[in-house]
Amino acid sequence: MHELLMPGNGRRRLLLGNEAIVRGAVEGNVRFVAAYPGTPSSEIIDRFSQLALEAGIYAEYSVNEKVSMEVACAAAVSGVRSLCSMKHVGLNVAADAFMTLAYVGVKAGMVIVVADDPFLHSSQNEQDNRYYAKMAGVPMLEPSTPEEARAMTTEALDLSEEYGIPCILRTTTRVNHCRGPVTFGDLPSKAPAAVFKKDPFNLVVVPMVGRKLRLALLDKLKKLQDASEHSSLNFTEGSGKWGVVTSGASYLFVKDSVRDLELEGRVKVLKLGFTFPYPKAVIRDFMSDLEKVLVVEELDPFLEEAVRITAQEAGLPVLVAGKGDDLVPRAFELDAVKVKKAMSSFFQVDYEPPEVFTAPQLPSRPPNLCPGCPHRATYYSVKKVFGDEAVYPTDIGCYTLGVLPPLRMADFLICMGSGVSTAGGFSKVLDQPVVAFIGDSTFFHSGITGLINGISHDHRFLLVVLDNGTTAMTGHQPHPGIELTPEGKIEPKVSLEKVIAGCGVKHAATVNPLQVKKTQDVLQELRRTMKEPGVSVLISKSPCPLYENRLLGKRRKVVFEVDESSCDLCKRCLEDLGCPAFSWSTSAAGDTCIRINEALCSGCSVCAQICKSIRPKKIGEGKGGNE
Amino acid sequence: MTQAEQTFQALRIFFTGVGGQGTLLATRLVGEAALEEGLPVAMSEIHGMAQRGGVVESSVVVGNVCSPTIADGEADIVLAFEPLEAARALPKCHSKTLVISSTVPVVPFTVATGQAEYPAIEDLLGAVRSRVASVIEVDTAALARDAGSERAANLVMLGVLAGTGRLPVSMKSWQEALRRILPERVQEVNRRAFQTGYTLGREL
Repeated sequence: MHELLMPGNGRRRLLLGNEAIVRGAVEGNVRFVAAYPGTPSSEIIDRFSQLALEAGIYAEYSVNEKVSMEVACAAAVSGVRSLCSMKHVGLNVAADAFMTLAYVGVKAGMVIVVADDPFLHSSQNEQDNRYYAKMAGVPMLEPSTPEEARAMTTEALDLSEEYGIPCILRTTTRVNHCRGPVTFGDLPSKAPAAVFKKDPFNLVVVPMVGRKLRLALLDKLKKLQDASEHSSLNFTEGSGKWGVVTSGASYLFVKDSVRDLELEGRVKVLKLGFTFPYPKAVIRDFMSDLEKVLVVEELDPFLEEAVRITAQEAGLPVLVAGKGDDLVPRAFELDAVKVKKAMSSFFQVDYEPPEVFTAPQLPSRPPNLCPGCPHRATYYSVKKVFGDEAVYPTDIGCYTLGVLPPLRMADFLICMGSGVSTAGGFSKVLDQPVVAFIGDSTFFHSGITGLINGISHDHRFLLVVLDNGTTAMTGHQPHPGIELTPEGKIEPKVSLEKVIAGCGVKHAATVNPLQVKKTQDVLQELRRTMKEPGVSVLISKSPCPLYENRLLGKRRKVVFEVDESSCDLCKRCLEDLGCPAFSWSTSAAGDTCIRINEALCSGCSVCAQICKSIRPKKIGEGKGGNE
Repeated sequence: MTQAEQTFQALRIFFTGVGGQGTLLATRLVGEAALEEGLPVAMSEIHGMAQRGGVVESSVVVGNVCSPTIADGEADIVLAFEPLEAARALPKCHSKTLVISSTVPVVPFTVATGQAEYPAIEDLLGAVRSRVASVIEVDTAALARDAGSERAANLVMLGVLAGTGRLPVSMKSWQEALRRILPERVQEVNRRAFQTGYTLGREL
């Protein structure tokens, strides 16, 4: 039995916040889950995918976040509780569906998990998605710990169902990827039957219906306001003439700060879990006898604005502060020291921040494409053919690491799918070759529309689809074009080649980038086709070796080594290829030499194709590479 | 009740290492053992971009503390699975911090390609030693090899941490955490690696 499906009976487990959300959803009788993976939300759909069959839940890796929200809302409109999860920027993709789903609403509970990423641990920005709840007018809950994440997921489902509107569960990296004790609740016994009741004048949003639903939404918001005012998720702790208003992970830093600054009896804390609609009366009553209030929250002054508005409307003479110099920073994550600094400064109590030692000057350790990664081989060949003169728009995935030296094969990136569309724009204004990169999963996610646009407007660029047969960066999730699955090799459900041909691409080719000469010949040919307007496409197809090894348990038969007698130390292998298995080393005789670390070498053979001094070396029944 | 348990308030343990070294598993085991012991515990980890050969950092806080992350200057123990990363984690330390560091380097790519030089291990750990209360150096490769597999170096490090007795967790709870979390086929070698580290930690 999957750990997350075990019966309650007071069972306590150390769970990742994301696992706690899954448990809460199972306890809340969710039967339909859809998501596109994205850090820090990926483990939610990964766990659902693992337990779906056993739990009687439908779970799918949708093609993108908008699609995931749409399929999940159809279930919820048919009376089946549903959940979709995404990283913060995923809600930008899903925003079109989201804004009007708020109008149409749902019949069964629907939770939209949105995982923000303050400090951009694995993201391109750190937008504060709480504003989406306000913009759409949907309720929002914000947990602080895995235990709260479990409980609030169940509560969000109930709330959504009661008011007929989807509910946002907004998390941050330090909730999703925090592990803490979670007490299991009871599991539901049976799944409800799905029923769709035709009701076009409430479910088909033409303007006259939209107008009616707009008013209905405002009415729902009034009721939700009342629900927020009476919610046990908003509570006060401690007592004093000063106050702190907080939510999410910030609440934990505040608790430590109150203790460390010895503010017990002087500061009371309002912890908000139901943050939209924010509980105006609760905030007003909290502040009614306070001299000053500090709002402690990560990212933008969302709660601070709520507190200021409430104080102004109630005519309270309380001093309100939040973001500002010497107070709560607006950028990046908070921590206990930052919050102690802000609180000690605002409440004017003594605090000596810890002395922070400076680390000595150290070599950096950036993340890198793995040994044997086919993306490296593709970049190598494209650079040989197009050089530094070409402009290289790129996209989001492992291959974005190609931005780092020595490859330096990324010139522009803003979001998923932007590689293709921006390539078209660049090609219209620049007199330089434009070569765009996009991964297979990202192509299905949001690259296809850009390709169609480019073809229909005679944009002149080469699109290189880096097809490694999986969504590698987020943990090897499937996508529509996969051939390699845990169950074996399959015919792709959606063929990348056929989609590209179907979009109207005239010059397209598929290569295995690990065959260097052949790849470069094809690239030369495609470069010639670029004399005419139009989009050419190269599918650079070779499976992610990490994924392939995991699934097939392939063992290396050969690794590569440098023949030190013929190596002239030209360093091109290091500077052009940059494979982490290589090192600039010293031989037993004390001479400088280049070595290949046998344990790291995947045996891909790309290096041996570009240098005569690199030769194969048979290995015995050793372990497979790249475990 | 031991003296450690009577005086125990809270402990913030910062883990640092390189992708593939098993730091997250070690982090999880500390959390599970603390939970087994009935101590309040919270952990934090970073997934995703960090794991392509980059630095992997995580934390465990045990006892009367809520923040799951550790601010600069607030780590009571630093468990460094690689000496360069021990030095890089110096800003997390305070003057009373105990640093347990592996002495086995994992050469970063920037060094391998000749863009930078790997400092002498003694310089790295010397820089740490000059600032903090104590540094325990662990030859994880040798000890793990003795236990049966170099891949069990993470369990050696965990054993040393357990052996120091800084965390009021009984041997029984450690054993139970290991039994529950580790896959069956690596139980034995990992237990041996843990015991090797534990013995070293006790002796110090």
